[in-house]
Amino acid sequence: MSAPTKERLVVIGNGMAGCRAIEEVLKRDGSRYAITVFGAEPRVNYDRIMLSPVLAGEKTFDQIVINDEAWYRDNEITLHAGRAVTSIDRAKKVVEAEGGLIVPYDKLILATGSDPVRLPLPGADLKGVVTFRDLDDVNAMVAAADAGGEAVVIGGGLLGLEAAYGLAKRGMKATVVHLMDVLMERQLDSSAGHLLQVALVEKGVQTVLSAQSEEIVGKDGQVAGLKLKDGRVLPCSILIMAVGIRPNAALAKAAMLPVNRGVVVDDQMRTGDIDIFAIGECAEHRGVAYGLVAPIWEMCRTLADVLTGKEDAAYEGSLLSTRLKVSGVDVFSAGEFSGGEGCEDVVFRDAGRGVYKRLVLKEGKLAGAVMFGDAADGAWYFSLMKEGADVTEMRETLVFGQAITEGLRGLDPSAAVAAMADTAEICGCNGVCKGAVTTAITNGVTTLDGVRAVTKASASCGSCTPLVEQLLTLTLGDAFKVDTGPKAVCKCTDKGHTIVRQRIVAEGLKSMPALMQALEWKTPDGCASCRPALNYYLLAAWPAEYVDDKQSRFINERAHANIQKDGTYSVVPRMWGGVTTPDELRAIADVADKFKVPMVKVTGGQRIDLLGIKKDDLPAVWADLNKAGMVSGHAYAKGLRTVKTCVGSEFCRFGTQDSTGLGVRLEKFMWGSWTPAKVKLGVSGCPRNCAEATVKDIGVICVDSGYEIHVGGAAGLHVRGTDLLTKVATEDEALWAICAITQMYREDAWYLERIWKWMERIGLETIRTAIEDPETRRALYDRFTYSQRFYRIDPWAERVAGRHAEEFTPLSRSMELA
Amino acid sequence: MNAHVIPGVLWIDVGALNEIPRRGARRVATPRGDIAVFRTGDNEVFALLDKCPHKQGPLSQGIVHGRTVTCPLHAWNIDLATGEPTGADAGKGCAPTVTVRVENGRILLATGG
Ligand code: SRM
Ligand SMILES: Cc1cc2nc3c(=O)[nH]c(=O)nc-3n(C[C@H](O)[C@H](O)[C@H](O)COP(=O)(O)OP(=O)(O)OC[C@H]3O[C@@H](n4cnc5c(N)ncnc54)[C@H](O)[C@@H]3O)c2cc1C
Ligand code: SF4
Ligand code: FES
Repeated sequence: MSAPTKERLVVIGNGMAGCRAIEEVLKRDGSRYAITVFGAEPRVNYDRIMLSPVLAGEKTFDQIVINDEAWYRDNEITLHAGRAVTSIDRAKKVVEAEGGLIVPYDKLILATGSDPVRLPLPGADLKGVVTFRDLDDVNAMVAAADAGGEAVVIGGGLLGLEAAYGLAKRGMKATVVHLMDVLMERQLDSSAGHLLQVALVEKGVQTVLSAQSEEIVGKDGQVAGLKLKDGRVLPCSILIMAVGIRPNAALAKAAMLPVNRGVVVDDQMRTGDIDIFAIGECAEHRGVAYGLVAPIWEMCRTLADVLTGKEDAAYEGSLLSTRLKVSGVDVFSAGEFSGGEGCEDVVFRDAGRGVYKRLVLKEGKLAGAVMFGDAADGAWYFSLMKEGADVTEMRETLVFGQAITEGLRGLDPSAAVAAMADTAEICGCNGVCKGAVTTAITNGVTTLDGVRAVTKASASCGSCTPLVEQLLTLTLGDAFKVDTGPKAVCKCTDKGHTIVRQRIVAEGLKSMPALMQALEWKTPDGCASCRPALNYYLLAAWPAEYVDDKQSRFINERAHANIQKDGTYSVVPRMWGGVTTPDELRAIADVADKFKVPMVKVTGGQRIDLLGIKKDDLPAVWADLNKAGMVSGHAYAKGLRTVKTCVGSEFCRFGTQDSTGLGVRLEKFMWGSWTPAKVKLGVSGCPRNCAEATVKDIGVICVDSGYEIHVGGAAGLHVRGTDLLTKVATEDEALWAICAITQMYREDAWYLERIWKWMERIGLETIRTAIEDPETRRALYDRFTYSQRFYRIDPWAERVAGRHAEEFTPLSRSMELA
Repeated sequence: MNAHVIPGVLWIDVGALNEIPRRGARRVATPRGDIAVFRTGDNEVFALLDKCPHKQGPLSQGIVHGRTVTCPLHAWNIDLATGEPTGADAGKGCAPTVTVRVENGRILLATGG
């Protein structure tokens, strides 16, 4: 027993916080207190965060013990391991533990950590449903893994992912089910989350996002699977719930100490009782209950100061950083990356190395950082954040990391480059130093491409391109002109449309985040110029696989109607080839009456426009039109608009072919297809050309011997007659040729480029060669037809059936009466 | 300034965060016209009167990128936090902001009676 002169310090909780607090107290004054520690776990103090590597088999328990038995002995600390404290009697100043043990205190520290949240799902009490908190949990998971099979983890946060990784490493098939659409959404943005998801697949961890768990399915009292709201069942022999933690404040609450989410403490870590303190995850300081160790170290230092006589020590809260402990996957996040007003993003992507970095600057300071693939500078960024350092001067180079930034600090960019040593690395991807680049230039290279060819510098990720250009300028002076290359898609990238389209296909890029990473987009989520273009390119390349991103579409294509100046919409149903029936006209009239449509107008495209419809009414209007057999006219789409026809041989005395019939057939075949810009067709029955086919994107002039196919007309901002492309003998061939031209345009043109512009860019001859070669024409036609399997669907009918209902209804009317 | 709707004592629950698509917006109907409530890619939420400072275009119908919405009518870019146009149109008026906060996944709008 300890000498009676000493004050008695009792610690509840033998974990990270409890033991660190003791260490800090001992460091300051080794003889002041007689110390007693209670731990509910039957073991010494170990490093809880290293349970993940233990699970993954990368460490053993012995390797993660922080303080072994000798430590308790040497410091005369009484440890009651495996004995939980059951109550605190503040009046008597004693604690009572399991087995009736009563221990008096002068000062008491609560360090009881937190409890994992268990979702109250049906089946949650089945055998094999575990949480991830202590060594017993790890042992249960290891035992399950030894038997092989499948594991499901609910929760795609740090803990859940580390659990899944560990189980996968032990040979299980692991699946993480996450409620949100981004993994670790509190720490990562969607770009980094996407990269993480891809990287985890390589580690054997599958993820199911935006998934709601409904029920845990069991067999003979043992877990057998997880059922999701959408009906899917994921089989498993072990299920880990990693959905969050709840501060363990029960003792404090029972002792009538103020408790919110956690035990409320002041800046001295003191609870509502002058002699009772709380630290670690059980504590709530300035409204925050932390779930990471860094704040704990700071809390423990303050507490130890206070307990050893430095009453004015104060803990003022912590800034957090997170690093995922999955071997080979480098993820770091700190501060906030959704900082609100006045924030500015700096994004750096290196597709070659799989790196994504995003820094958020606010008022000249670093407010947040998210990194994937290379988190080496994480600690540096974090220290800049904590210091609140002014980073205005380093803005240009900050994202390249500490080495480059500090190398250049305070110098103007070109002087800084001049000042770099010959051995300084310029290109990280290919390990090229400054000397190699300057030597190449002195030996006669004069362009960026030349430097790339000779030294490989800037040839991979391109992030050092500015540095290489500065070296060219420094060495050559005015003789060097920066090659700007093809016009960039927008300010989010240096790359032009053609290269973007080529790489989508060549590299099999099938989602917006994958594309932005591979092409090193400079913004986290693009802008209103590039997103619709990228969305179109992806959809044109992968009609079956790509999931259309509605948020990347202009409002007309999202609402499937044309927005008007007052925010109402216009509705144009299809009238195939300009042909209508009394029933259709009656249905249109009824809709116009029923919805009090302010204006009904015949358009320049041979059909009827209902103008001034309220957005909320659109689905109902469409439902009525659908009932009469009418579908969307896509008057809003970068897609097939109208096929204008004349009456042709059926009625007209000059008509040579059935131009109306061909027009209707073309429209019925091609409607619904998305194109880079709108596509309008015209079919005239003879060269008198009453359908104005020669100012359409593609026009047909019927003649006695067949069909002339004309391309590249325009009658909008620019007026241009078509060029004759080819002539075919039959209606079938006309259809094949027109679909083939359209497909070629779909696959090759830049977004918003009308056919005539595309044709002038690539040359009429190029199009003719393709269309006149039967094999090429056939292949283009087949790809058009394949794509139509997915897009020749009435978007109105889908929305009448409830798709994207949120688009057409207000979020709430609860403020209407407010 | 932005004081069209005065932040007041009354907070009104207008729905759950996940009822607004990421990088999207929804309208909240009020007697004084719609309020546009935006959700960014980073899950931040902002609210503006649904009227573009240019010609009253409904901002809720625009494309959301970063902390900006591009107006559906003539493509002005509006800063969601301030309601002010950015870039070439900076300084030309502003869409009044509405105080908004998110609590336990619910979106609350302030109303000033
Ligand atoms: C309704 C209609 C006018 C009418 O009352 O007749 C019309 C209305 C609009 N046209 Fe048009 N165009 C209409 C036929 C035309 C025609 C004539 C034709 O198709 O035979 C042309 C010239 C032919 C051509 O396209 O080359 C035409 C050339 C344009 C242009 C210029 C395009 C260009 O590349 O030069 C635009 C602007 C644009 O698309 O960026 C445009 C844009 C528009 C928009 C969509 C403006 C907009 O973005 O909001 C108008 C929608 C009004 C609304 O609220 O509904 N409209 N527009 C016609 C609908 C045809 C249909 O049934 O789908
Ligand atoms: C698998 C895993 C990985 C993690 N990885 C990281 C990471 O990478 N980075 C990071 O910063 N953080 C990480 N954390 C979080 C970190 O471990 C915790 O923030 C930290 O352990 C909290 O310390 P604490 O002392 O408050 O609680 P704990 O370490 O949980 O200690 C509390 C102790 O109190 C005991 N106790 C509770 N009630 C009583 C009672 N009535 N009587 C006696 N004893 C009691 C408990 O048994 C427990 O041993 C991880 C956590 C886990 C589980
Ligand atoms: S010409 Fe076309 S775009 Fe111009 S006002 Fe008329 S309908 Fe609108
Ligand atoms: S009304 Fe918004 S840009 Fe014109």
